Amino acid sequence: MKRISLLQSITPYESRQLRSNPLVWMGAGIILVFILVALIGPWIVPNDPLLVNMSDRLLPPSAQFPLGTDHLGRCILSRIIEGTRTTMSTSFLVLLTVILIGVPLGMLSGFWGGRLDTLLMRFVDGIGAVPEFLLAVAVAGFLGPGLLHVMLAVACVKWITYARLVRSIILLEKEKDYVKAAVVAGSGMWTILYRHLVRQVMSPLAVMTALDVGRFILLISMLSFLGLGVQPPAPEWGAMLNEGRSYFQAAPQLMIYPGVCILIVVFSCNLISDGIRDHLDVRNR
Amino acid sequence: MLLQLFSRMIQLIFVLLMLSIATFLLMKMAPGDPVLTILKASEGAVSQLDQEQVREQLGLNLPLIQQYGLWLWSVLQLDLGRSLVNNRAVWDLMMDRLPATINLTAGAVIVLLLVSVPLGVVAAKYKGKWPDHLSRLFALIGASIPSFWLGLLLVYAFAFKLNWLPTMGSGDIRHLILPSITLGFVMAPEYIRLLRSGILDALSQEYVRAARARGIAEWRILAKHALRAALLPVMTIFGMSLSGLLAGSVVTETLFAWPGLGSMVMEAIIQRNYPVIQGYVLLTGVFVVTANILVDLSYRLLDPRIRAKRGRGV
Repeated sequence: MKRISLLQSITPYESRQLRSNPLVWMGAGIILVFILVALIGPWIVPNDPLLVNMSDRLLPPSAQFPLGTDHLGRCILSRIIEGTRTTMSTSFLVLLTVILIGVPLGMLSGFWGGRLDTLLMRFVDGIGAVPEFLLAVAVAGFLGPGLLHVMLAVACVKWITYARLVRSIILLEKEKDYVKAAVVAGSGMWTILYRHLVRQVMSPLAVMTALDVGRFILLISMLSFLGLGVQPPAPEWGAMLNEGRSYFQAAPQLMIYPGVCILIVVFSCNLISDGIRDHLDVRNR
Repeated sequence: MLLQLFSRMIQLIFVLLMLSIATFLLMKMAPGDPVLTILKASEGAVSQLDQEQVREQLGLNLPLIQQYGLWLWSVLQLDLGRSLVNNRAVWDLMMDRLPATINLTAGAVIVLLLVSVPLGVVAAKYKGKWPDHLSRLFALIGASIPSFWLGLLLVYAFAFKLNWLPTMGSGDIRHLILPSITLGFVMAPEYIRLLRSGILDALSQEYVRAARARGIAEWRILAKHALRAALLPVMTIFGMSLSGLLAGSVVTETLFAWPGLGSMVMEAIIQRNYPVIQGYVLLTGVFVVTANILVDLSYRLLDPRIRAKRGRGV
């Protein structure tokens, strides 16, 4: 399989090109809107997303409930907005955890080399061979369902790719003259890592993140749909689809809106990563 | 080559060991005391003495490493314990469910090929023109749509509204159609992209120029030379797709009440049926890891260029 090399960082020329790609802009714009909605969510929800009102079950859209109500009489729009918060914050947290574990380990492993490096890479090969979803199922299965467990499971597997990427960058950079000069000048390891090497890692890391975010969102919502992730009554898009499943013949609005939201957000992420991939592909040819 | 094979085998064993340790530890971490569960199932009152006895019988007083060894030995003899729900052997349970999952996966692969090969070829043939853009848009949507939502939409349209196909369950071939589309469709984008770039690569090669010079029809060049060259990299991601197919099968089978391994493990998770979960994780883990390594090896065998390079290098 032809792999896209993330090792070269994006040049200023390419970054300008990327910025002139309207599709990338569109994707970024949509995601920003969703982030904004997630941030100000509690102030813009029209109704309490958790308030059950059996007399208002499965209502069509109205002034009070702009998207209608679900099978327990809860406002669908409010739940969608609340769900945006859950989805955005979980994906962000998982991403952050993955970076916080993967990047330092990859840097240290690459820079120190030697026995630590070998040990870590063997370990990483081992876990990396186990498919991520399998681990998620195993963790959720044995520890019991729950958002935290699912996030843990995803983070457990995903940090590996990041550690590998960062390590390979460090291995390349370490041999360059400016690092050698820094060593000769008497800079300590931490100074070199922090002052010189961190910024080399940044741009490939950003590319990798862009490629991954959409997959994180899909994975987490899938696990919630299966009932392994977010637990009802907490609103999350995948969980909402799961709850509405038995009613969707009578009330298709229950399944339309959350699904469309997932589709739009992941689509926007993919627009961005597609743009980036295009540029990397051209260069690799 | 032999050296390669050997080191791959070592790696395989190492990974499988890691997998077994992980499942063993997860099983140990699972909430609930197995001793109490067993005793409660047989009698009413539980005395301290009984507990000690059962603990000894089960070997739970041994050091962890010894317990692991004993457990691994029984696993190697395909003894994966018994289901907590109906007391059937986990291995038999899984073998009952396996054919349904294989059927579903085969159906999904057919859908996958039917979707991705034409789109990949067309996209490469009309590079930069509207068919290319259309196929790309299709691939983007396919990569973004959650499979479970697609399944729901398909059921709504084809089973409820049009009444063409059954909503769920298994039986004749018509039951297989919607689940196969659900599972195959979301896997297609990766393949479309790969086929497109593979064919474009091949089209710029010398042998395609030579074929053109010989006056061979364009579609024949595409089908015979370019597509064949492009299918090789597709084979490699096929190994990786296996884990995607298995992940998808959990969702799809749950959605369509398809009696395969995926719906089995979901039931087991809801019922906290730990031996079954463990069996599933082990079985599918062995599948995926072995498939990946086999594909990797066969790739080396199939592509003469890689083989030659290796031969010269060593």
